[in-house]
Amino acid sequence: MKIAVCIKRTPDSESRFRIASSATSIDETGLKFDIDDFAGYAVEVALQLNEKQGSSASHQDKPGETVVIAVGPDLVQETLRKAMSMGADRAVQLKTDAVPYDGIAVAKALAAELKTGGFDLVLFGKHAFDTSFGVVGTATAELMGIPCVTAASSLEISGGRGKARRELEGAAEIVDFPLPAAVTIDEGIARPRYPSLKNIMAAKKKPLEVKPAQLGQTRVTVKSMELPPDRPAGRIIGEGVAAVPELIRLLQTEAKVL
Amino acid sequence: MPNVLVFAETRANTLRKVALEVTSAARALVDSLGGGEVHALVAGTPGVASVAEKLGEYGADVVIAVEHAAFAQFDREAVSASIAARAGAQSYRAIVLGFSAQGRDVGPRVAAKLDAPIAADVTDIRASGDSVVVKHPAYANKVIVSLEVKGAPCVLSVRPSAFVATASPRTVRTEAMAPASDPSASRVVVKEVIEGGKGRIDLGEAPVIVSGGRGLKAPENFKLVEELAAAFGNAAVGATRAVTDDGWRPHSDQIGQTGRQVSPQLYVAVGISGAIQHLAGMRTSKTIVAINKDKEAPIFKVADYGIVGDVLEVVPALTNAVRAAKAGH
Repeated sequence: MKIAVCIKRTPDSESRFRIASSATSIDETGLKFDIDDFAGYAVEVALQLNEKQGSSASHQDKPGETVVIAVGPDLVQETLRKAMSMGADRAVQLKTDAVPYDGIAVAKALAAELKTGGFDLVLFGKHAFDTSFGVVGTATAELMGIPCVTAASSLEISGGRGKARRELEGAAEIVDFPLPAAVTIDEGIARPRYPSLKNIMAAKKKPLEVKPAQLGQTRVTVKSMELPPDRPAGRIIGEGVAAVPELIRLLQTEAKVL
Repeated sequence: MPNVLVFAETRANTLRKVALEVTSAARALVDSLGGGEVHALVAGTPGVASVAEKLGEYGADVVIAVEHAAFAQFDREAVSASIAARAGAQSYRAIVLGFSAQGRDVGPRVAAKLDAPIAADVTDIRASGDSVVVKHPAYANKVIVSLEVKGAPCVLSVRPSAFVATASPRTVRTEAMAPASDPSASRVVVKEVIEGGKGRIDLGEAPVIVSGGRGLKAPENFKLVEELAAAFGNAAVGATRAVTDDGWRPHSDQIGQTGRQVSPQLYVAVGISGAIQHLAGMRTSKTIVAINKDKEAPIFKVADYGIVGDVLEVVPALTNAVRAAKAGH
């Protein structure tokens, strides 16, 4: 299968964040960036699907290919190389100075690139850690006119159709859909592999194409950023079973939740 | 005076809690713009129009009922097409829906169909001249971003529980609308729905959440968490990523940065150390209780009330005390 995976570069989620002096972005000093968690799962899903298809005789007429695509400044090349060191065959950077908050603008740039690519499957993370909007994948599919399944926690492909599981609030559903399609990937589906040193070296020689991102107009912009107010400092009210009556009293009289 | 369109989501023809929150959020936006109308679109099987009265209580002026036998299962494609068709036929200032499983799926489709800007997971909405300014907790709730959204209509999906459903009764008019695309032509088809358990309260809707972590030591001890939740009566059960990764609990129960993000009135953390990953999913809870044997555990830094002790002893005692307190009311 020909699979495209759209990935995003995001800061390490365990970081402590500060706001830049402009107050419209985070201060990136000292932050570690990598492929976003959900995008990493999506790359792993693509690689596993193509490994599985590659071993079945019926698909030998059409060799599998995994292409990774990212919108962003040249710093995303490092993220694309990481995905290629995991096993992706080639990469495309849709170049722009900064990734806008406007998910529709990003989707337009991706759809323009993907539309003519002849992909059987286009994968995304269900959302990226930084904005957690979860807009780009679904909107890209809509602009391409292909079906989209969001937040898949399992995915099977066979005979030109896909089957996915999606977690709902307090339930789950199994959906069926025809290819070509877009799928956004949830956690729990696959653990991303660690690239070997050999593959890291090999990834440096894989093709990485740079094209301008056709974002169009951006209509969602950052006005300001701030850190949330701190919670009041925690309070330990006692030890062991003996503290239970005091907890009940506080829940009733102070927090008024019991 | 501009109107606002709401997608009021249902499951099995019953309104979800977030549908009323969304209606209230839209009412507030419309009132701040000078008092236009709130139009709420519902989709379901024949009979779903009967939710109109309830939506009217929370501020809807018009309910657009899109009824079809095929809507026994959620049809994201036909529902998105119907919202977009309605929005395209009238001039709405905004389309407001929930940042819920349905809303997360539908919102971007509608925005793309209409070529409308979208802001997702918002916790505050204010009209400001030609723009709408929204607040959006980003970076796993660690940064609050104010976004300016230009253009009408815009699509806004609101975080469940961030807006309070407030009564604002209206005399509601109901209009019937046929699905804007034939449900039988939808490409993504629900084959099966696996219910998480009868009568279970969803994590996003529960006023109380009792959550368990590795401090419970063994999967069978999770019943202590379930018993405490049952004692509260209105509680859902959550878990940490460590616990869901180990298969003690289903992945869908995970609270944290990569799982569900919740803001209940009361969050009880049982045997949870408080990794950043977990705190990102629950730190906006109103009151936090933590029970953990390690008094240095980071969870105690955010807990309003902490008890240092063995969860296997403290939790059963707490369960009994909660039962007694509830019985005393």
